[in-house]
Amino acid sequence: MAQLIYDETGRLLFTREMKEEYTILMPQMLPVHFGMFRQLLELEGYKVDQLNNTGRAVIDEGLKYVHNDTCYPALLVIGQMIDAVKHGGYDPHKVALFITQTGGGCRASNYIHLLRKALGKAGLSFVPVISVNASGLEKNPGFELSPTLLFKLMCAIAYGDLIMDAANQIRPYEMTQGQTDQLVERWSRRLAEEFQQGKGLAGHRMSANFQQICRDFAAVPTRGEPKVRVGIVGEIYVKFSALGNNRLERFLLEEGAEPVVPGLMDFILYSVHARITDVRLYGGSRLGAALCSAFIAYAEGLQKKMGAAMKRAGLRPCGTFSNLRRGVGGYLSEGNKMGEGWLLTAEMLELIRSGTPNIVCTQPFGCLPNHIAGKGMLRKLKDDFPTSNIVAIDYDPGATKINQENRIKLMLANARELDKKRESNLLQTGEPALAK
Amino acid sequence: MSLRIGIDIGSTTVKVVVLDDYNRLLFRSYERHFSKTRERAVQTLYGVADMLRGRQVKLVITGSAGLGVAKAAGLDFVQEVYATAAAVNTYIPDTDAVIELGGEDAKIIFFGGALEERMNGTCAGGTGAFIDQMATLMNVTVDELDALSLQHEKIYPIASRCGVFAKSDIQPILNQGGRKEDVAASIFQAVVDQTVAGLTQGRELKGKIVFLGGPLHFLMGLRERFVKTLKLDGEHAVFPEDGDCFAAMGAALCSGDYDSIDFDQALSRLESSVDSTTLMDTMPALFDNREEYDAFVARHNASAPPREDVGDYAGDAFLGIDAGSTTTKMALVTGDGSLLYTYYHSNQGNPVAIVLEQLKEIYRLCEDRVRIKGAAVTGYGEDLIKNAFSCDLGLVETVAHYKAAAHFDPDVDFIIDIGGQDMKCFKVRNGAVDSILLNEACSSGCGSFIETFARALGYSIADFAKLGLFAKHPVDLGSRCTVFMNSSVKQAQKDGASVEDISAGLSASIVKNAVYKVIRAANADDLGRHIVVQGGTFYNDAVLRAFERELGRNVTRPAIAGIMGAFGAALAARDLGLERSALLDGQALEHFAHTAKPASCGLCTNHCALTVNTFDGGRRFISGNRCSRPLGTQKEDSPDLMTYKYQKLRAMEGKGTGDGSRGRMGIPFGLNMYENLPFWYAFFTKLNFQVVLSAPSSRKLYLKGQRTIPSDTVCYPAKLLHGHVEDLVEQSVDAVWYPCMSYNNDEGIGDDHYNCPVVAYYPELLAVNVPALKKVRFLNPYVGLWRRDDFEKRIVKYMREQFRIPARETAAAVRAAYDSYEAYLADVRDTGKAYIEQARAEGKSILVVCGRPYHIDPEINHGINDLMTSFGFAVVTEDALSHLEGYAPRRVLNQWTFQSRMYNAARYVCSQPDMQAVQLVSFGCGSDAITTDEMRDILEGGGKLYTQLKIDDISNLGAVKIRIRSLMAAIEARKER
Repeated sequence: MAQLIYDETGRLLFTREMKEEYTILMPQMLPVHFGMFRQLLELEGYKVDQLNNTGRAVIDEGLKYVHNDTCYPALLVIGQMIDAVKHGGYDPHKVALFITQTGGGCRASNYIHLLRKALGKAGLSFVPVISVNASGLEKNPGFELSPTLLFKLMCAIAYGDLIMDAANQIRPYEMTQGQTDQLVERWSRRLAEEFQQGKGLAGHRMSANFQQICRDFAAVPTRGEPKVRVGIVGEIYVKFSALGNNRLERFLLEEGAEPVVPGLMDFILYSVHARITDVRLYGGSRLGAALCSAFIAYAEGLQKKMGAAMKRAGLRPCGTFSNLRRGVGGYLSEGNKMGEGWLLTAEMLELIRSGTPNIVCTQPFGCLPNHIAGKGMLRKLKDDFPTSNIVAIDYDPGATKINQENRIKLMLANARELDKKRESNLLQTGEPALAK
Repeated sequence: MSLRIGIDIGSTTVKVVVLDDYNRLLFRSYERHFSKTRERAVQTLYGVADMLRGRQVKLVITGSAGLGVAKAAGLDFVQEVYATAAAVNTYIPDTDAVIELGGEDAKIIFFGGALEERMNGTCAGGTGAFIDQMATLMNVTVDELDALSLQHEKIYPIASRCGVFAKSDIQPILNQGGRKEDVAASIFQAVVDQTVAGLTQGRELKGKIVFLGGPLHFLMGLRERFVKTLKLDGEHAVFPEDGDCFAAMGAALCSGDYDSIDFDQALSRLESSVDSTTLMDTMPALFDNREEYDAFVARHNASAPPREDVGDYAGDAFLGIDAGSTTTKMALVTGDGSLLYTYYHSNQGNPVAIVLEQLKEIYRLCEDRVRIKGAAVTGYGEDLIKNAFSCDLGLVETVAHYKAAAHFDPDVDFIIDIGGQDMKCFKVRNGAVDSILLNEACSSGCGSFIETFARALGYSIADFAKLGLFAKHPVDLGSRCTVFMNSSVKQAQKDGASVEDISAGLSASIVKNAVYKVIRAANADDLGRHIVVQGGTFYNDAVLRAFERELGRNVTRPAIAGIMGAFGAALAARDLGLERSALLDGQALEHFAHTAKPASCGLCTNHCALTVNTFDGGRRFISGNRCSRPLGTQKEDSPDLMTYKYQKLRAMEGKGTGDGSRGRMGIPFGLNMYENLPFWYAFFTKLNFQVVLSAPSSRKLYLKGQRTIPSDTVCYPAKLLHGHVEDLVEQSVDAVWYPCMSYNNDEGIGDDHYNCPVVAYYPELLAVNVPALKKVRFLNPYVGLWRRDDFEKRIVKYMREQFRIPARETAAAVRAAYDSYEAYLADVRDTGKAYIEQARAEGKSILVVCGRPYHIDPEINHGINDLMTSFGFAVVTEDALSHLEGYAPRRVLNQWTFQSRMYNAARYVCSQPDMQAVQLVSFGCGSDAITTDEMRDILEGGGKLYTQLKIDDISNLGAVKIRIRSLMAAIEARKER
């Protein structure tokens, strides 16, 4: 049995013995991406379980152990973890918890600390918490995010974004229900096998995979008229996590819409890019900035390949990080870097400009950065793009689904009305013209 | 063409209309559904069956509660705002905007230009349901409320954000004798302000405006407030005859897009559809059977004080009065604590009349046998009642409750009291009250909360509570504030929950609210072993049972749970040991008269809304004041660093040592400028700019910018900025300087040195939301002051680009700016030190107010510092002490400079026996969700009391007073030990 070892500040460490004995629990946010993360981590010799527990119990544990005015994602993630440790059938003395640690002016940087506080309150302070960060914040002898692993994870994000995007474009139209999801399943498995063989993580093989993925999804038999496209943007957790947003994607599908969800890679690049901006605005090491630039350039290369593959297969291509950056001028500076910062506004602009003017902007109730980058920018977006149709939805343990759904339904009714108008007004071919 | 039927199922009402081919109304109805939505709709349709039977019709359902019904019945549905827009387009085509208030929704639709439709967010509750709640609170019907409002003379400022806030504003006005007429109109004004502020979000409401929805249809007073506020004339304010049914009419109009259906078939589908009950989260029943319940009741009835018959008792007696927010409680006890007489009743908005009547009754019963040797009063109405009837003692509620609880269980270590409006919990350690927890304005859902729900569903509170006892599957409604609860209940109704299940669910959510939100306990041991529960709400057996269930242990509910405050006050009166009480005697009561008149104090910028009470013989009592000046006495001259800092900063305008030749530079006096102004003032005056500050914050200034606030849940200090920049534009400055600052200064006491996201980036929000800023040069570059050399390089470039200022000049200004800022910090620290020494010399307790720099703004803190000094405290702030402690690791990420200062100040307080800390928290402050628990840990770990004061745009200090007085009582108790 692994010993509990603490560092000089009294933090419980995740030791090498624990790596052998413990199961690491990982929260759920994006099933495709996180599924690949899990597999990559297992290849490194960790035992990892993904948490899929939901329901009232998760929220109740969250309410119990986390300050109720803290943002909803903290409450959910911590609630999910504590619920799993207590009732998930694990030996509590044989589990550790993964949580990301960002470090930025937002409250989210505090999740790891809130998790430890909560564990303490729940009498589980013997459960080690592993910080997942790329900035050398907290270190553990039993866990290392080596540059190679980071690189692999980045590749997994690229695959995840591509599969998610392609699936979202096909799923609403599939002839046989479930076929798209089966394909997602199949590709996840196939990629896992490739990873195991050390393949598919760079160069030619990756490009070939991109092409094949797009072809496979494009080959799913589809039918029906184009549906109303609805973009989902917002605070990273409630944007992606079905637990956080009351299964928003599913709801939109049921309402006969096609959800459009900008990927995870842009968020990673946005976080990395903030370091370059900091040096520009406030001074500091140019070397670090140059490394960040190189990283972004590489990742953008992947995005371009993905976009090209999608285009060739007849799918709507995904954009690039540079596109997003170019778009946001006149709204927010790139110095706006807490939470989703300028990226949130940039994603809304990108959606509007690429013909998806209907958007659900999700945020936890009282989300600080989104006062500015989310709700704060809607006025100007509406002024600049009169046909844009954005609804801001707050998520919270007390907010009810009916309230949220009613507002989304209003947005959808407007979207259909706008479509009708566009059809009757527009006789010319091509993309419907939006303002600007 | 077939007839078209529109059914609008809202949160409280069902509207049904039938339209003919010419869009004329053949039938309309508007009825409350008492949560029986489907049944109500079916009944109404039966009423028109003669007209429709056997015909093909088009039927469309709309409304917030209509979705579930439509789904279950397989009928068509349109979203209600969409439907309303369709109706307005058809019937009043030249409309510019629509304002529609429903039971729980508020909507604005803008026509002309881009169509925009807005609904209130999940937080901005308070509309029809809010008005209902307020009427309940004032013990009038909604119609009476309306009639009252038309007789108003003045409008009180009432928080216009959410119902719960408004409630805590209104209650004290009523308790202090404010006129009901004025309060009624103020309630409507609050609804207007909220709608305008929450929904316009920068788009101007002008032109022809159509008002729709039940409340605007029926309530003339509400209409009047809207018309006055928006400055509309008869032509531009349209109240259509069928304004309450417009959404239903719109649904009927939209039905053209859908298929026809046989009427009888539609009706039978609606009738036979059963709402699914599988989706809800439910909890175990409160009681499985009658026996279990009886045993429970018997156990609790065991703790009761002895009673004496007042009819034949002779000797001394002591009177306690608890003038609570919604109820008045009285207890007459003998020297050994036996009860002679008790009273518990709703105060019906006029506690003075109730107490008068009861005193007369008591004197009648006592005859000459019983001598009242002491009278004490506690509760919200304490001051008023004490002055009206000349009681011997006024004491803060917390102390009264502890006295009472200790009488029953001397070992009591935790008391929780849930009353009509407030929840008080406190721990008892070593025989003194310690660690007081009060509910925040946000979670006030207490007794009156259940009562309002009961009424809305058509039950009396007692019947409603009983229903829940044997509910099979209580609904889990979560633990949020009333507004959220409304939607949770709505959802449960939609999902088909029975009234029984909802009743039990509400009781459980009150308990959860108390345990997790107010007490913030993780388990029963966090509370204590000897828990005494009291307050009127615990008379409700369902609440009591839910509480024991949640804690997993039995608690004591004295049989007099509802009058514990009064009982405790009576015991306190006894302990005074007076020879005779000053209480007005029977004779004086005969001539007793009371009038209350509103007034506004003009002696300082707080502009307290005073109520001048006049009693018989010309005795006067003024309430609503923060300091003693309106009473004719001088303001307490206690050291107060908040005022000192404010005045010092406010003086930083003008040309300084420069000549002002480069123009007038406007600086908004808000948020982080309370910290950075000394820096920018020196910087710009050195560059020969004239610095122009925006006007001091005020309610008026806030209202000036209110319509451009895009996020109604952001903190009040941020909201004020909209008014500040508008004011600068009005002062025709040449430019406005308000830089973005991700990072604050690095004082070496935290893990990082950020600003919070709102402080950091609010300038960017203002830039795109305040149209007036287009008229002026708005300069909001990103700056980082903590890297001096880098900052200098960048600002030199910036000033050259913007104003062609030579590098050398800017560099000199940078030097002056850093010097000025350093000098300011040093001065605050030195003055703080001097104040502490002065306080010590005068033997005063020192309160360290921990907050943000902008919390010294009197419009933000509402004069809390005046209140503190009036109680004899010396007041210093966190930034005067934070440098006295170094860096120490914290259990949270200590990454914001302003917040780091609070941790350090709290640590320093722990080392000083004559200091206590008070934390100011702005409502909606996300970073304080992190800091509050940590501050509590630091202070309680250091043997200090933790007191948190939550502040918002509400200017009422009732809750603040309770906390500060409880703190004083606790300090006293500690001294005595």
